Amino acid sequence: MTHIIRIVQLALKSLLLHKLRSGLTMLGIVFGVFSVIAMLAIGEGASAQAQRQVLELGATNVIVRSVKPPSEVMQSSSGSRVLSYGLLRSDYKILTNTIPTITKAVPIREVDREIRHLKQSMNARVVGCTADYLEMNHLTLSQGRFLTNSDQENLLNVAVIANEVANILFKFEDPVGKSIRIGSMYYTVVGVTKDRTASAAIGGSLSGQDYNKDVYVPIKTLQVREGDLDIKTQAGSNTAEQIELHQITLRVNDKDAVLSTAEAIRETLEQTHPRTKDYAVVVPLELLKQAEQIRMIFNVVLGSIAAISLVVGGIGIMNIMLATVTERTREIGVRRALGARQSDIIEQFLTETIVLAGSGGLIGVVFGLLTPVTFLGIQWFVQNFVMEGNTAGSDVGRMFFDLQPQIAFWSLPVAFGISVTIGILSGIYPAISAAKLDPIEALRHE
Amino acid sequence: MRLAAQVVDLTKFYDLGSVVVKALRGVSTDFPEGDFVAIMGSSGSGKSTLLNLLGALDRPTSGQYFLGGRDVSTLDDDELSAMRNDMIGFIFQSFNLIAQYTVLENIEVPLLYRSGYPAIGRAEREWCLELANMVGLGDRTDHRPFQLSGGQQQRVSIARALVNDPQIILADEPTGNLDSTTEAEIMEILHKLNEDGRTIIMVTHEPSIARQTKRQIIMKDGLIENETLIKQSIPTR
Repeated sequence: MTHIIRIVQLALKSLLLHKLRSGLTMLGIVFGVFSVIAMLAIGEGASAQAQRQVLELGATNVIVRSVKPPSEVMQSSSGSRVLSYGLLRSDYKILTNTIPTITKAVPIREVDREIRHLKQSMNARVVGCTADYLEMNHLTLSQGRFLTNSDQENLLNVAVIANEVANILFKFEDPVGKSIRIGSMYYTVVGVTKDRTASAAIGGSLSGQDYNKDVYVPIKTLQVREGDLDIKTQAGSNTAEQIELHQITLRVNDKDAVLSTAEAIRETLEQTHPRTKDYAVVVPLELLKQAEQIRMIFNVVLGSIAAISLVVGGIGIMNIMLATVTERTREIGVRRALGARQSDIIEQFLTETIVLAGSGGLIGVVFGLLTPVTFLGIQWFVQNFVMEGNTAGSDVGRMFFDLQPQIAFWSLPVAFGISVTIGILSGIYPAISAAKLDPIEALRHE
Repeated sequence: MRLAAQVVDLTKFYDLGSVVVKALRGVSTDFPEGDFVAIMGSSGSGKSTLLNLLGALDRPTSGQYFLGGRDVSTLDDDELSAMRNDMIGFIFQSFNLIAQYTVLENIEVPLLYRSGYPAIGRAEREWCLELANMVGLGDRTDHRPFQLSGGQQQRVSIARALVNDPQIILADEPTGNLDSTTEAEIMEILHKLNEDGRTIIMVTHEPSIARQTKRQIIMKDGLIENETLIKQSIPTR
């Protein structure tokens, strides 16, 4: 042990003799280690972001959504001016009755309506749903209660409003117990939900959702009061769509059963919708697995790029050490004459490279730990000098600005270990060539 | 009389491909304990080759070299290193101090390579300081070689040669790079060491230096041409 301490001390002494040269040599490793940690941190951050989004949807959930089929298919299927597509209430019944692994299911219908309280009005998304919606979408109440099963059965005109809606319609009063007008009907407000961060769009099949401008009403009430027909006025012409359900969110009892259940759901729906595929099945767990795979690819690609810089750093060290061996041939001869074995010389030069690479690695780890700060700087730079205002608001832009690098703590010892390994690898050849010098020749070297 | 070292019919040939250079062609001589020998000869006479063999830096082509009771010519590289470390003290013409080390650290270098790598403790430190004092550098132990004069550097290398208490001291033109005043100082130190019983083998060009030793070996064409005992010429101070 004292022997190791001593040879490290001697190595430090030799390296400190040429501070600038040692520093510059180290720099290659510093940047190599830094970039390995930084790249993995960004990869990790991206995957954590994706995971968070998926978990918001619920890992044991399966989401079935109505999708508008391509227009030519619709025209051939029906001559009527009303487009009829999407999930049916019968689908909901079949799914919940035939698949035993489904524990909860929420049918959802969404319509955009103007809502009004006295003189205040706003456009909101009116969501017809059942009691389970609250829990399955990770919503929490700030006041009152959520919809109940008896609300459904009794077709009550009750509504739960989101916090933002409450703030707009009821600036100075308690909304619970007051009535609001949705379309042409009056509803009594029974609860208010807390703010929830909007969920981001995932993979094109599910668009982002802003929960803060929602009004929740019992789905049966909505069906009875508003019907299934949804008439929209767009650019002067009216389009009518008939959709029974916009979405069915299903909860599976076990995480292991999610994929097989999703398969069963797909098969069932294929039978009930034989002609057009006017629905999409979104499985967050599948997305999670995809995200995991993407992360793996990300990490491998980024990691290899960073590893190249480590190798370059190693070559730099090797280069300098070879030059050092030539420069110190005389010293090697003297040490040999004074009794150093070949192994002592190998040990000496190898220790010097390992100390060089190791301290470079340590500095790199410190820099690597600062990645989140560095990344903030990059985000600031991009925001101010690179991106135009509208690109920053796009999906890619949001993804970039939402990204928080997460340092993978396993990457610290790994990167440091790699740097030391590179120190050893790049040090072996110079060290051996130093040890193989003939002491007599070396002593004569000028 | 006990022998410090002994060479028997030592030869050394260098195969240069087209020619074989016979640097030593059969050298035999004894080095009794307490001897002070000057090896002389023109360049190419084989005196450097002999010194390298005596210093266990190389193995002879044939013949035997006994040092400390072992035949050096049969040892492998690591054993040669151990021999050099334990039995031999080197003093070089160009001092050969390690630039990044202080005086004290330079004196310690042979201690780094002792077999088994025992720790350098307080006793060893004091011994090094004692040696530094002995060569008159007790007040400069933390200087670096470039801060010292040539004579001072050579004193450091003498102290370094002594640190492992070697059987013989090999000096390769120890005063070759020094002016005459410093030369006298160095020679005085060597004499003192010899009086203390150390065996010193020195290669030199200068007859004035050689005359201060007990014995001269004159080499020519790889053989000992002449041996003279000149004990009486040692200055009696």
